[in-house]
Amino acid sequence: MIKLTNVSKEYPRRGLALTDVSFHVRKGEFVFLTGHSGAGKTSTLRLIHMAERPTSGEVRVSGFSSERTRDSEIWKLRRKVGFVFQDFRLLPHRTASENVAFALEVTGAPRREVRMRVQRLLTQVGLSAKAEAYVHELSGGEQQRVAIARALATEPLVLLADEPTGNLDEFATRGIIDLFRDINRLGMVVVTATHDLGLVRSYPDARVMEMKEGTIVYDSARLE
Amino acid sequence: MPYALREALAAFRRTPVLTGLSSAMVALALFVTGLFGLATHNIRRAIEQVEQRVEIVAYIRDDAGRAEVAVAEDEIRALPEVLEVRYFSKDDALEVARRELPEFQEILAGVDVNPLPASMEIQLRPGSRTQENVSALVARMSAYPFVEEVRYGREWLDKVFLMRRVGAAAAGVLGSGFAVAGVLIVGTAVRIAIFARREEIQVMRLVGARDSFIRGPFLLEGLLTGLMGSLGAAALTYVTYVTVRYSLFNVAWIPGAWVGGGIAVGALLGVLASLISVRRYLEGA
Ligand SMILES: Nc1ncnc2c1ncn2[C@@H]1O[C@H](COP(=O)(O)OP(=O)(O)O)[C@@H](O)[C@H]1O
Ligand SMILES: [Mg+2]
Repeated sequence: MIKLTNVSKEYPRRGLALTDVSFHVRKGEFVFLTGHSGAGKTSTLRLIHMAERPTSGEVRVSGFSSERTRDSEIWKLRRKVGFVFQDFRLLPHRTASENVAFALEVTGAPRREVRMRVQRLLTQVGLSAKAEAYVHELSGGEQQRVAIARALATEPLVLLADEPTGNLDEFATRGIIDLFRDINRLGMVVVTATHDLGLVRSYPDARVMEMKEGTIVYDSARLE
Repeated sequence: MPYALREALAAFRRTPVLTGLSSAMVALALFVTGLFGLATHNIRRAIEQVEQRVEIVAYIRDDAGRAEVAVAEDEIRALPEVLEVRYFSKDDALEVARRELPEFQEILAGVDVNPLPASMEIQLRPGSRTQENVSALVARMSAYPFVEEVRYGREWLDKVFLMRRVGAAAAGVLGSGFAVAGVLIVGTAVRIAIFARREEIQVMRLVGARDSFIRGPFLLEGLLTGLMGSLGAAALTYVTYVTVRYSLFNVAWIPGAWVGGGIAVGALLGVLASLISVRRYLEGA
């Protein structure tokens, strides 16, 4: 599903952010990407989302290769790979429903289906009761649930999350990661970048990859 | 309502001052162009009227034979640029002088010998009234042995030709200047609109909206801005026309095709400007 082969990434004037990273994430996996700040977690997720291209090596995601996918085709990949951020990036001045509906509308969902699908997505993330609440009326955990519903709108195969609980309290954090587990049980690959090792330890059956200075220094899947 | 139109209209609703302002700027740029069009059109009409009076007069020696003059008359008439040739005999000239110059009536009545020469008056076809044609014809006339002198409204004509050349150059320079200004203004407006909606664009790219889909509302917004601006400019120009006509002097309204063309150009500039801005933004992001 996701395969990085000898991937290096160099930012101009900043040197190598990633050095020779290789890993393979298969269908149905639930993965934590850990490491200190600056280790390369965000860079790795952005490469998978093709917001960046590798300096060398190849990134393959569900049939899309970083070597062959043209800029004008990246939208196709984006519909297969959902993304959530630490800061949610919801549209302010809009309700939870409107934020999810926006994703459906701009990706060409038939208009008469939008309402029903928004309702289903908000129910899936446990937020059907707050559908008509404006973003600023929602707690951090609730905002992140809206962002997750939005990421699921295009029925992706992969969900990438970059420090999704960085702004949340412990209780809300639990709720979000438990939601990821539920989503993963439906068959979706979930990759969560986090520096919160306590969180990682409380999901012992997850695959854990640890990064340090731009390389993978530990991968629980390689131990077996 | 299709998404692009809905979003474009929503942009007008969300930032009415901003979009109103950019439409006003477009209107202003096109209004100046409209004023220029009004002036150009009226100058052109004036030139045409002056040109209609462009006439070459050849005075004929008294000893010329009527037959050789008649042959020359036919030769001249056969030239493609010539509209009309009229022969005035000495008697015709005296007749005209008597009629049109009453203060000389007594003098003219008293003379036995007619002092006025016969003449040939030549008019050129409209469109052929160029300086080259006039010079060539004057040279040709002067070459006939029976021609005493050739006259044409030289100073007038040179001025008219100069005016026309200056007019054409000014139209070119100012017209393209304002076109560029229009594109820059609409481009800025669209860039501001893009900036106002950058979060939405980011979300659109995040969830996999097509670029053409992202572009749609902005192109439409550019089209509407350009269209509103050029309609406003047309209205302003018309108000100016009416004001000048009733309070200063009689001017003619711009031909309908110019107005239609101007509005189409305004709309097109709007689309072009937003296309450039959006493309630049999407490539940079
Ligand atoms: N857009 C960028 N331009 C320049 N350097 C960057 C950019 N993004 C990340 N980096 C650098 O790459 C390294 C890895 O950063 P990042 O992938 O954000 O790590 P993490 O998400 O693990 O904190 C850091 O040294 C960071 O400064
Ligand atoms: Mg990071």
